[in-house]
Amino acid sequence: MAGLVMGQGGGVWMPVKASTAAEHVDWLFYFIGGISAFFFVLILALMVYFAWRYRHREGGPEHGPEGHSTALELTWTIIPTVIVIVIFYFGFRGYLTMAVVPPNAYEINVNASMWSWSFTYANGHVDNELHVPVNTPVHLILTSNDVIHSLFVPQFRLKKDAVPGRYNKFWFEATRTGTFDIYCAEYCGTKHSEMLSKVHVHEPEEFARWLNEASNWAARMAPADAGKLLYTRQGCFQCHSLEKGVVIQAPSFADLYGSQRPLRDGTRVLADENYIRRSILEPAAQVAAGFEAVMPSYAGRMKDADINAMIAFLKTISAYYTPAEPATRPATQPSSEVLPAP
Amino acid sequence: MTAHTPTYPLTSGPVLGAVPGGSYLTHRRGILSWLFTLDHKRIGLMYLGGVLFAFFLGGLFAILLRTELIDPAPTLMKDPARAWEFYNHMFTLHGAVMIFAFIIPAIPAILGNFMLPLMLGAKDVAFPRLNLLSWWLYAIGFLFFAYVLLGGILPLPGGFGLDTGWTFYTPYSTSRSITGVIPATLGAFVMGFSSILTGVNFIASMHMLRPPGMTWFRMPLFLWSLYATSVIQILATPVLGITLLLLLAERVLKVGIFDPALGGDPVLYQHFFWFYSHPAVYIMILPAMGVISELVVTFSRRHIFGYSFIALSSVAIALLSFLVWGHHMFVSGQSALANAIFSLLTFSVAIPSAIKVFNWLATMYRGSIRLKTPFLYVMGFLMLFTIGGLTGLFLGALATDVHLTDTYFIVAHFHYVMMGSTLFAFLGGMYYWWPKMFGRMYHENLGRIAAIVVFIGFNATFFIQFVAGTQGMPRRYASYPQKYQGYHQISTGGSYILAAGLVLVAVNWVHSLLRGKPAPPNPWGGNTLEWRTASPPPHDNFAVTPVAGDPYDLRGWEYDPSTGGWINRTEQYTGGFPMDKPSGQDSPRA
Repeated sequence: MAGLVMGQGGGVWMPVKASTAAEHVDWLFYFIGGISAFFFVLILALMVYFAWRYRHREGGPEHGPEGHSTALELTWTIIPTVIVIVIFYFGFRGYLTMAVVPPNAYEINVNASMWSWSFTYANGHVDNELHVPVNTPVHLILTSNDVIHSLFVPQFRLKKDAVPGRYNKFWFEATRTGTFDIYCAEYCGTKHSEMLSKVHVHEPEEFARWLNEASNWAARMAPADAGKLLYTRQGCFQCHSLEKGVVIQAPSFADLYGSQRPLRDGTRVLADENYIRRSILEPAAQVAAGFEAVMPSYAGRMKDADINAMIAFLKTISAYYTPAEPATRPATQPSSEVLPAP
Repeated sequence: MTAHTPTYPLTSGPVLGAVPGGSYLTHRRGILSWLFTLDHKRIGLMYLGGVLFAFFLGGLFAILLRTELIDPAPTLMKDPARAWEFYNHMFTLHGAVMIFAFIIPAIPAILGNFMLPLMLGAKDVAFPRLNLLSWWLYAIGFLFFAYVLLGGILPLPGGFGLDTGWTFYTPYSTSRSITGVIPATLGAFVMGFSSILTGVNFIASMHMLRPPGMTWFRMPLFLWSLYATSVIQILATPVLGITLLLLLAERVLKVGIFDPALGGDPVLYQHFFWFYSHPAVYIMILPAMGVISELVVTFSRRHIFGYSFIALSSVAIALLSFLVWGHHMFVSGQSALANAIFSLLTFSVAIPSAIKVFNWLATMYRGSIRLKTPFLYVMGFLMLFTIGGLTGLFLGALATDVHLTDTYFIVAHFHYVMMGSTLFAFLGGMYYWWPKMFGRMYHENLGRIAAIVVFIGFNATFFIQFVAGTQGMPRRYASYPQKYQGYHQISTGGSYILAAGLVLVAVNWVHSLLRGKPAPPNPWGGNTLEWRTASPPPHDNFAVTPVAGDPYDLRGWEYDPSTGGWINRTEQYTGGFPMDKPSGQDSPRA
C-alpha cells in the first residue's frame, strides 16, 4: 500500500492538508475511523471466534440453547445511539465553520460550463485556473452556464456544486502555497473527466503581482498570440481541435476562417469575421451541419478585444487566409514568458 | 382431514413424477404454461431467469468499464473521445441495469415470490394474476432497456445508448444528453409498477393468508423484512414514477420543471429523485437482512436472538428511510439547516442496523454451527455489511461528507452495502433454498470455494476504492490523473477475481440442475413452513394447511443420515405429513 501513497506529504488515507477546513475534516475522519476500526475488529473477532468455538462437532449437541437478554438488547441499542450523536455533533460543528463565510473574505466568481472552469476576479479578469492568496479567506460564488458541475479540491477537503440558475457559495482559507488539482465532481457529460483545473496558492504580494500582470496580458501581446492563449483559457480546446479534420465535439478550427460552411439548416455561409463573432456570442444561431447546438454562449465572458484576438488567431491557422506581408508580423513572446510561473 | 386428500411422499429425492400430479416443475408443460402461469413458484423462477440475465449484463458492463480504467489512456477504445463516451455509457448502463433490473427485484421477486406463500403455508400469493402482471411489467420494462442497449449498436430512433448516469440528473438528462433517455426512463417507469404490484401482493398475502398459529410475532423474519420492503415499494415508487414523467415532460414537451433555461430548478429533481431512491436503497437491503435472519438461525441451530428487535428494526428502517433523502444533497446548495437535520436523521438509521448485526452475532453464540455454503455467505455478509455500514458514518457526518461525496469513497460504500451485502444475501439465500426450488442439491465444496473467491474478489475490487476516494479520486471519471492508477489497477484485478468466483457459482448451479443429488424435503433442518413440503413442492404447495408454531424452535428436528435431510418426530410439527416414513410410502394422515 505504501507504493500508493500520494506525493506532497499526504497519508495513506487523506492527501496533504492545505486549508483550515482540512484540519476539521481530518480530525473527524480519523475519529470516526477509530470507532469504525474498533467495531469492525470486535464484530469480526466475535464472528470468527463463534464460528470456530461453536462449530458443530461429531457427537456434539445438535442445537444451541434458547436465550434472550433484554439487557443486552438495550446495551447495543443505547451505545450506538450515543456514538452516532457524538459523530453527528462533530460533523455538524466542522460543517458550520465551512458554511459561515467570514466577513472581508476575498470574493471570486466561478462559472462552470461543459467542460471548463472560469474564475472572475474583482477587477474583471477572467482566468480558467484559480489563483488565491495564502492565509486569506476566499469566498467562491459558483454558478453554471449549462448543467450541474461541482468544484472539488481534495487538498482543501472542499466541494460545492455549481448549479445553473442559482448561486452556491463556499469559502476556504488556504494554509500552504503550491498548486493543487481542481476536479469536477458532478457528472456533466462526455468530457466530465477532462474538466480539470488548478488552484495556485500564492503569497499575498505574489498574488497581487500575478493579478496585475494577468489582467493585462492580452493587451501586451499580438492579437493572434492572445487568441491562441484564449483558445486554452476559455476552454475552446475542449471541443474544437486545431488539427484539420479532427472532431472532438465540434468542428475543428483548422482552415475554418474564410471557408464556406455548410449549416445544419442546409444553407452555406462564409466563415468571415462576422460569422466567427456571431458563433461565439450566439452559438445556436448558425450551427454547422452534422453537429448539435451544444455550445454555450460566450457573451459576457469574452470581451470585444478577446473576440478580435480569437479571429486573428483563427486566421493564422487557416489555409484560406494569406497575410499580406508575412515578414512584417512582429515576433511575439510565447505565453509562458508573459505570465509568471505560479 | 379426509382420506381423499392427495398425499405426497416427502422423504425422498427427485420427487419429479413421484408426487401425484408431479411437482410444480412438471405440473404442466410447454412454454405457455410458464409465460401465463399463475403459480407463484413458476413466476419466481421466471424472475430468476430475467434477473440473472440482468445481472450478467450489468456484470459484463462492470468488467468492461473496469478494464477501460486500467490505464488513464484509452484502453478498449482507440481515441479519447470514443473512450469517454464508451465509459460513460458503460457506467450508466451498469448502474441502471443493476439497480432497476437486478438488485431491486432480486430477493423480493425471486426468493420472496417463491418462499412467501410457502412460509405462510399457503397455496399462492393473495393475487396470483396481479403477480403474473408484475412479471410481465418487469419483462416489458426490460425490453425498454434492451432497446437502449441495442441503440448503442444499431441506429434506432430515440438516441443511442445512455450516458446520464442511472440518476438521470437534470438538466443534463433533459436538455443536453443526446442518448436514449426516453426509452430508459420509460423502462424504469414500467419496472416501477412491477415493484409496486409485488409490494401490494405481499402485504395482502401476509395479512390474509397466515396459517393457524402464525401470529404477527410468529412470522418468519424474512417475511417481516418483505413486509417492510413492500411498504417502501408502495409508498416511494409512485414518486419515482411521477418524477420520471416530469422528466419526460421537460425533455419532450419542453415544459420548464428542472432546467433553469426553461424556468425550472435542477435541485428540485434531486429532491424528487432521492425521495424515492433513498428508500429504494432499503428496498435492496431489507430483504437481504431477512434472508440473513433465516440462514443464521438454521445454520447456527439456535433460536434467533432478539426476534422482536430484529422484526421491529426492519419496520424502523423502512419508516426512517423516508426521512433521510437530503443526505444526497449536502453539497448541492441545500441550506445548512436542512443539511444538519438530514445528517441527524441519517444517523438514526445506523441504530436499527447495529441492532440487527449484534443480534445475528448473539444467535451464533453457543450455537452448533454448520459451515455450509449459505453460512459462508452469511459470514461474508456480516463483514461486508459492517464495513458498508461503518463507512456510512463518514458520509452521514457533514464535515467529512463534503470531502468524500462524489468520490470513489461513495462508490466503495454503496457497493459494500448494495452489492456486498445484498448480493451475498441473495447468493446465500439461493444456495439455501436451491434444494427446495429445484429438488436437487448443489456441490458443497465447490460452493464453499466459490464463496471464498467471490469474497476475496469483492474486497480486492472495492476496499481499495475507499482509499482512492479519500485521496480525492472523483467518481464517474473516464480518465484520471496518473497518481490514481495504482488504485484502479488493483480494483480492476479484483473485479476479474470476483467475476471468476461468480462463474464458479454459475457452474455449480448448472451442474446441480444436470447432475445434482436429489434433495430431501428439509436438507438444513429449518423450521419455517417451506421445509414441510416436498422438494420441489407440488403445484399447490401443501395438501393440508400446516399449523405454524415458533418458526425458530428447531428442537423437534433430527438429522437423518440415510436421507441426508432432517426429520421431525414430534407430530405437531409435521403439518399433516409424516416425515419419517421411507420414500414412496403413502401413509394417510389421521
